[in-house]
Amino acid sequence: MKNKEPLILVVVIIFTLVTYYLVEPFAHSQMHKHVESEHFAYADLPAPTKTGDVARGQELVLGAAACTGCHGIEAAGMPAPMDAVTAAASYGVNPPDLSNAGLVYDAKFLTDLIKNPAHALMVEHKFDINKGQMHPMVPFYGAGGDMDQEVADMVAYLVSIAPKAEDLTPAMAFETACGRCHAVHYEKWTQIGSKPMFKKKQDELAFDTQVLDYQDSLKAYMGKLPPDLSMYIRSRGEHFISTFVENPQNYLAGTAMPRVGVTAESAEKVIEYLEDSGDTKRHERESIGVNVMLYMLIFVIFAILWKKQVWRDLH
Amino acid sequence: MAHFTKATSIKDWLNQRLAIEKVEKVMMSEYWIPKNINFLWAMGMVLVITFALLLVSGIFLLMYYQPNVNTAFDSVNYTIMREVDFGWLWRHVHGVAASVVFLIIYIHMFTGIYYGSYKKGREMIWISGMLLFVAFSAEAFSGYMLPWGQMSYWAGMVITNLFAGGSLHADGLVEWIRGDYVPAQAFLTRFFMLHVLLIPVAIMGLIGLHFGALRIPHVNNQDGEDIDFDVEADKYLKGDKAGSKVIRFANDFMAKDMMVVAFYLVFFFYLVFYHYGFAMDAVNFDPADGLKTPAHIYPEWYFLWSYEILRPFSTDIGLMAFAFAQVIFIMLPFLDRSPNTVPASRRGLFKYWFWAMLVDMIVLTAMGKLPPEGIFSTIGLVAALTFIGLWILLPIITMMEKKA
Ligand code: HEC
Ligand code: HEC
Ligand code: HEM
Repeated sequence: MKNKEPLILVVVIIFTLVTYYLVEPFAHSQMHKHVESEHFAYADLPAPTKTGDVARGQELVLGAAACTGCHGIEAAGMPAPMDAVTAAASYGVNPPDLSNAGLVYDAKFLTDLIKNPAHALMVEHKFDINKGQMHPMVPFYGAGGDMDQEVADMVAYLVSIAPKAEDLTPAMAFETACGRCHAVHYEKWTQIGSKPMFKKKQDELAFDTQVLDYQDSLKAYMGKLPPDLSMYIRSRGEHFISTFVENPQNYLAGTAMPRVGVTAESAEKVIEYLEDSGDTKRHERESIGVNVMLYMLIFVIFAILWKKQVWRDLH
Repeated sequence: MAHFTKATSIKDWLNQRLAIEKVEKVMMSEYWIPKNINFLWAMGMVLVITFALLLVSGIFLLMYYQPNVNTAFDSVNYTIMREVDFGWLWRHVHGVAASVVFLIIYIHMFTGIYYGSYKKGREMIWISGMLLFVAFSAEAFSGYMLPWGQMSYWAGMVITNLFAGGSLHADGLVEWIRGDYVPAQAFLTRFFMLHVLLIPVAIMGLIGLHFGALRIPHVNNQDGEDIDFDVEADKYLKGDKAGSKVIRFANDFMAKDMMVVAFYLVFFFYLVFYHYGFAMDAVNFDPADGLKTPAHIYPEWYFLWSYEILRPFSTDIGLMAFAFAQVIFIMLPFLDRSPNTVPASRRGLFKYWFWAMLVDMIVLTAMGKLPPEGIFSTIGLVAALTFIGLWILLPIITMMEKKA
């Protein structure tokens, strides 16, 4: 009798793979919208035409443009004008510190943001000037000179104070770009900052109360509380998160989450932060995986040898 | 009274008290297995190993899991996945094994169907096997509730709702099962109990019954040959190992079992480390939220075929079709009216029945996951009707079958 085992194995494998294909890749392709990455090109925004002057930019940011009336710039020794809870009570959300802005955000995006925040952030459906709905970040109307030049100067200044690209940590990227709206409690991050360890219960309760107050303002501003992103790397996956950040409207038309305008590199750092939170042991998994696979292959060899030895005189 | 003598060795001491030599013979060296069986007959051992993996990994998870609606999600996703050394490994092993065990069960079942291993004295093997299938299904479902994610909650909601029985409106029964109006603390605690105590104990008992049921009829073989085990065993014991049609379970067949297990474990650990997504649904990494219904609610892949038998019909008819699908496989030994215990390829129309059933169940599985819209719901309806039709046809075509 000829050996039918290879044929049986092929049949089993084919049926298994067909079933797998149907319930996994195929079914998910039918259930979820697929959005291709735009590589954070922000093609809808015009490219800046002017080269900025850092010193002029500094004057504008700290002076005429009044950025520091709302934003802190720790890197320039400018603390935030208000604490996070008070700021959220006035603006709905705490304007982020601009120390890293020149690195985390795309330059094209910043240029557009300064002139027309609601446009750059893609929230014009919520903030329509014609209907008297003003975005809490006031647009820059110019300081008397060439406005495009002034904006370019400010962007150049923000870039000049930002850290070097290699010094950008995942936490810095996340806190600047997402941290004012999203908590990540597995990383002890709240919308008002990292939650410290408290010795006294009263202090902890006071901190929690502040977070809750902040969240109330944020909820009123956004229409809902932005979700805690602790496990989002597992529930949504990398592709979804990065294409969603690129343009939230692609997935959730009319959503209150703004287009944040990060560069591709900072988006990678944000993803890394979320991986540290929700897929913390991925490096360990990969290295142990290799060892276990090697061990199993050795086990296969011994198992084959044992079978051959036992069956030698059965044939 | 039994007669005991001074023991000459530990083995002898034990032998006088526990008859270990006899036990070893009955269970291992003189438990005779046909020689002409292929690797599909190792699936039973693969299942034993997978169950062992589930048991061991489950015990480790149990040391940190908290069955409380407020802490369950974080105890799994934070404590076990981040804090506990190798907690992630045990969780991935457990999750992947729970999914893969059904793949192997289905292969094992269809092997039995193909070779007619549920007939002529093997009915109890089949019935105990189907009881194991039911117990594993309950085990998988109850386990799926424990991380208290979105799918836990909503699948729990949908499946327990089935017990209302459509227009019977047995809402009292549903509340009794849940211990509340909606899945909540009482629900989680009782499914926790079922998952870690009652069902595993039942499974272990059923595995014992399944093995016991195998001992007298012996396993079938791939050629449908009627082997006289006494004669062939005698031949083997007299030294004609090559001429005998049977071999010892241990070490002879076990060596082959272990070889298959080894290959299987390579596949298994590949999944655990590099391809676990299919077994751990992304939606369940969102914490349970009773106010936010997920866009798509679907069960794990191994329940999809029976879910799809429920879906295309109106509620009442769907429930009846679903109930039919749940019990019908257990009736197989009695619905197959042919006396032939040979591979399906030699059984006339049954040959087509077998492949039609297999393909139909795969179609049902695929449609069970896809959104029930347009062409998919039509295909689902046809496949569900085909499933029922095939079972109605079975007694007829097997009655017509000629003696092989
Ligand atoms: C009236 C207060 C106010 C002023 C003045 C202001 N901002 Fe803002 N800014 C905000 C608020 C509020 C937000 C957060 C908006 C949101 O998240 O919806 C914000 C957000 C930002 C962001 C983050 C945008 C993103 O993609 O998430 C940057 C960068 C920024 N501002 C830069 C500036 C610069 C540069 C200036 C000066 C030209 C400036 N802001 C002036 C209030 C202000
Ligand atoms: C100005 C506040 C704000 C900022 C800044 C912000 N988000 Fe959001 N985000 C939201 C809101 C509000 C939602 C809820 C959207 C909805 O459901 O319509 C949301 C939802 C999400 C979601 C879930 C989408 C889904 O599938 O439901 C993800 C993922 C997300 N944000 C990631 C990010 C990341 C990553 C960043 C930083 C790069 C970020 N967000 C910055 C407000 C914000
Ligand atoms: C998950 C739990 C199960 C375990 C641990 C298990 C284990 C085993 C083992 C060790 C064997 C002997 C070796 C072999 O033929 O593979 C066997 C045989 C068998 N099992 Fe299972 N089994 C399980 C579930 C099932 C199910 C769900 C069915 C289907 C209803 C089933 C039906 C059979 C049949 C018909 C045989 C006899 C095969 C033959 O005689 O050729 N078993 N099982």
